[in-house]
Amino acid sequence: MTDIWEGIVEGKRAEHHHGWPRFEVDRDGWTRAGEALAQGRLIFAGLWGEKAAIHMAVLAEEAGKAAVLTLACPDLTFPSVGRLHPPAIRPERTAHDLFGLVPEGALDLRPWLDHGRWGVRFPLGACEPAPADGVPYAFLPVEGESLHQIPVGPVHAGIIEPGHFRFTANGETVVRLEARLGYVHKGIEGLMQGATLARAAELAGRVSGDSTVAYAFAFARAAEAALGIEAPPRAVFLRALMAELERSANHLGDFGAICNDAAFALMLAHCAVLRERVLRAAEASFGHRMMRDRIVPGGVACDLEPAGAAAIASLVKEIRARLPALIDLYDNTASLQDRTVGTGILKPELARQFGAGGYVGRASGRAFDTRRALPYAPYDRLTFEVPVMQEGDVNARVWVRIKEVEQSLSLIDQILELMPEGPLRVEIASPGTPVEAAAMVEGFRGDVLVWLRIGADGLVERCHPRDPSWFQWPLLEAVIEGNIVADFPLCNKSFNCSYSGHDL
Amino acid sequence: MRKLLFEALLKPILTEARPSADGDAIDQLADAVARKARKRLGRSLSIREVDAGSSNDSELEIHALNNAFYDIERFGIRFVASPRHADVLLVTGPVTKNMRQALERTFAATPSPKWVVAVGDEAFDGGAFAGSYAVAGGVGDVVPVDLHIPGNPPSPTALLQGLLALLDQADAR
Repeated sequence: MTDIWEGIVEGKRAEHHHGWPRFEVDRDGWTRAGEALAQGRLIFAGLWGEKAAIHMAVLAEEAGKAAVLTLACPDLTFPSVGRLHPPAIRPERTAHDLFGLVPEGALDLRPWLDHGRWGVRFPLGACEPAPADGVPYAFLPVEGESLHQIPVGPVHAGIIEPGHFRFTANGETVVRLEARLGYVHKGIEGLMQGATLARAAELAGRVSGDSTVAYAFAFARAAEAALGIEAPPRAVFLRALMAELERSANHLGDFGAICNDAAFALMLAHCAVLRERVLRAAEASFGHRMMRDRIVPGGVACDLEPAGAAAIASLVKEIRARLPALIDLYDNTASLQDRTVGTGILKPELARQFGAGGYVGRASGRAFDTRRALPYAPYDRLTFEVPVMQEGDVNARVWVRIKEVEQSLSLIDQILELMPEGPLRVEIASPGTPVEAAAMVEGFRGDVLVWLRIGADGLVERCHPRDPSWFQWPLLEAVIEGNIVADFPLCNKSFNCSYSGHDL
Repeated sequence: MRKLLFEALLKPILTEARPSADGDAIDQLADAVARKARKRLGRSLSIREVDAGSSNDSELEIHALNNAFYDIERFGIRFVASPRHADVLLVTGPVTKNMRQALERTFAATPSPKWVVAVGDEAFDGGAFAGSYAVAGGVGDVVPVDLHIPGNPPSPTALLQGLLALLDQADAR
């Protein structure tokens, strides 16, 4: 197992880090890992700070291995990885905003989540008082003839989350899009520090509401790995059942919403009905439409009664009966195809460079799916395909989602059939010594990473939940280039990045 | 497409309508909203939704109000794109410090008479996020709130019931 990392990652293995290895590297080792990322030998999977240290998660994709690298930064500086590998730029800016850690040699040192309104600087680091009247943001300069700018947000025209988009257009064609995010930063990592596991799990389930199951699942797996316990088999299957229901609900809703953004409201009407049916089945089975707070460290908080299982089985039947006609409608409506085919193309090289997860990556040739690449229970016992396409346009992202719904339905069938009997939870005891772990779960949007350190007293010392949107937002800026302004909603919805998951 | 549309004509409607013996909550709302809204606001109520820092779950349930089961437009309630067109600001929260000014400006841009409805437990007092350095508090800490609809997040039915309560309050003013 060590040979995977040999020659790429050199450092002392941290004790008490479970799930994946964690290496304590020096500045050279850190920079060498940055170079390996730039050369494509590793995939960047996250970067987060601590009071006097910086951590980075990396994947050795072909080998199906992941690791965490840590560099101690007593002087609050570290060699910038973003200088070598652009996907790290925004996480580095965030590490500076929250902890005051300075990425040396970084090309972009503008604040990211810190809008100058918190009343403090470096809230999780030195925590110095600061004025709270807001700092103007310096958008990147754009030069050229006949260019105009369109500022959009943070309050948008639809029922969506807040963020600011600065378009520079030449006539109708977008020349550059620059997003400014951070509006919904709630300080979740700060609230998690010193929290009990139960409270931190609750917060994890509130990072991004549409992925509440995926976050609770990832957090629970990280906590269990750290504590060296395992959830009972029935709980593991119930977790996967909830995860597939969540995936189906979101894919169905977005299939309709994407078509609606191409002014094809009929699809939204039909898909919204199917989505509602999933949520109602979830409520009938688990007592909450979005299944929030149902997955807890140690197991699950509620059982599936026979009536619930029947509701889910009839849901699967209903979707199977209705979906083919909608797929047919999508495929055979020329006016709709005209909008989605060839629009917002994400090149496979970019998807790979940014380690784009979920349907964004899989529609552009990156076959990564956590359930397959870093398998976890119960998916290691289930049969499913990972649909991959190469085109990278809105149409491909729609198709990947459609195929994933079909896969989810098949997984739900298998889960209901194989569902073991038995207890739902195991007891959790304080570890007695600090323990750490990382865990990754495939949410509907892509890979959700949770890194966790639990103190000797059983309280959370540090937790970093990383949303897949971190590596999808920058790509949205790339795909809109050269498209017309009116296609932005379509491209945006086909990505459907999380603002809340990114802003934390 | 013709086949699908034709089938829709033959299928029973999904919209949960007409009072049943035990009184379906949505059906009870249908009459009451229509009566109260007409008295105060003519036949329609225009809502501008503002996400002031939510974790996007409330937005999903607000979206669901437009699906065939709840069909909020049959009550004359609709979502509009600009605060200038709105009677009601439907605000989800908590209010983050980074969104505070945007919410204040949206409130200022809404013509009077106007009502503010805070949606969800977090919008009440910050909920799970209360006490964070990045959170200003509940919606009521930033703009005056007329009604709070509790929930985690509130279901579409709870949202409809809340809008009825709002109309009661508007009537009493």
